[in-house]
Amino acid sequence: MRWDFASVLANSDALLVGLVGTLRLFAICLVLGLGLGLVVGLGRYARSRWFYLPATAFVEFFRNTPVLVQILWFYFALPILVPFEISPLAAASLGISLNSAAFSAEIFRGGIQSIERGQWDAARALGMRWGQAMRRIILPQAIKRMLPALTNRAIEIFKMSTLGSAVAYVELLQQGKLIASLNFNPIEAYTTVAVIFFVLLWPLLQFTYWMERRLKRDE
Amino acid sequence: MTILRVRGLIKRYGAVEVLHGIDLDVERGERIAILGASGSGKSTLLRCLNFMEMPSAGEVVLDGEVVGRRERDLIAVRQRVGMVFQQFNLFPHMTALGNVMEGLVTVRRQNKAEAQARAAKELARVGLADKAQTYPAHLSGGQKQRVAIARALAMDPELLLFDEPTSALDPELVGEVLNVIRSLADEGRTMLLVTHELGFAYHVATRVIFLADGLVHEQGTPDEVLKNPRKERTRAFLASHRQFSF
Repeated sequence: MRWDFASVLANSDALLVGLVGTLRLFAICLVLGLGLGLVVGLGRYARSRWFYLPATAFVEFFRNTPVLVQILWFYFALPILVPFEISPLAAASLGISLNSAAFSAEIFRGGIQSIERGQWDAARALGMRWGQAMRRIILPQAIKRMLPALTNRAIEIFKMSTLGSAVAYVELLQQGKLIASLNFNPIEAYTTVAVIFFVLLWPLLQFTYWMERRLKRDE
Repeated sequence: MTILRVRGLIKRYGAVEVLHGIDLDVERGERIAILGASGSGKSTLLRCLNFMEMPSAGEVVLDGEVVGRRERDLIAVRQRVGMVFQQFNLFPHMTALGNVMEGLVTVRRQNKAEAQARAAKELARVGLADKAQTYPAHLSGGQKQRVAIARALAMDPELLLFDEPTSALDPELVGEVLNVIRSLADEGRTMLLVTHELGFAYHVATRVIFLADGLVHEQGTPDEVLKNPRKERTRAFLASHRQFSF
């Protein structure tokens, strides 16, 4: 058989639209997922059961249900329960963000726990409140240690964005499907989508390797 | 004038009682060395005084006021009582100057320039003016501990607590830290010092307390406790410390 990438390149504007959609979904889920993850992670770290129990329930629930099921549930089931429409972007964002929050919460909790007790001692001995100690002393050190794991999470989020295609959200895979079905060239269309992801993510992965090496050297 | 009064201080961890009811009065300008075998509760006692550990029972009175148990009270006390730790506990992501400024900026809400000037002054006092921009990872143990002392001093503490400040240091670095502490003693600062440096305690302390089994076993002037101990356990403790002296 002959490979015909010309039929894909002819639709590069559609792929570009898809790429913008992917980046938009990625940006939303990165901010929401990691932001909410930090809040939930602090809850998991808290001694008070009022914070600990809901945070733990959240993590357990979202770590043990598939993202795809969540996205479909938000898109098809939630609108029946609530009086407003859910856009494909909203459904995909919710599913991916909540799932990422559950996973990154464990990264945040582990990172915070890895900071020596003496750091808390020194902060408290100066008269800092819990929040001040967390913000000024603990988190800046913890985030540095968590960076490789958080970057890995970012890569996962980027790849999970393709699940948006399940509710016809316009992103790279959705556009690849469209091109394949119009031009009967699934091999070329899906190969192109895969290559685009690889080209975007490979440098990011190299960056995490570099960061891990650097952190090892610092410690 | 009594700055700190402790009555019936008890500390338990679960079923284990570490301090069995400590009474202690600290006068302004006093320098008290606390001695005792490991496990005697000396660090725990020190940590109860600024509520790093919450006493299980008893009363701590700072400058005439009973310290309450609300977060606000504890924070107020910690701002008035400085602490220096065995492991220094410097903030590794801040320079020496940043470490000393931190309490002033975050807790006291001083503006940066003011805090910086004050921090520079404290670093100079401990002989580290030239290390202001250095991160802790590039300081020796003795230098780290001197930064930690400067960090405590910047808050103008009325009382300084030293928790084995030289125990984590290589022997050749102990002197520089003890010299700084002695200079603070010469200024007339009030301090409590948990230490194994008997010679230093003898020369610098105004009172020596020997703790055993979570109780004050013997106390008095350095001469009384270190040279002429009345109790058998104090003698045994001192003898074991002097075993290899020459």
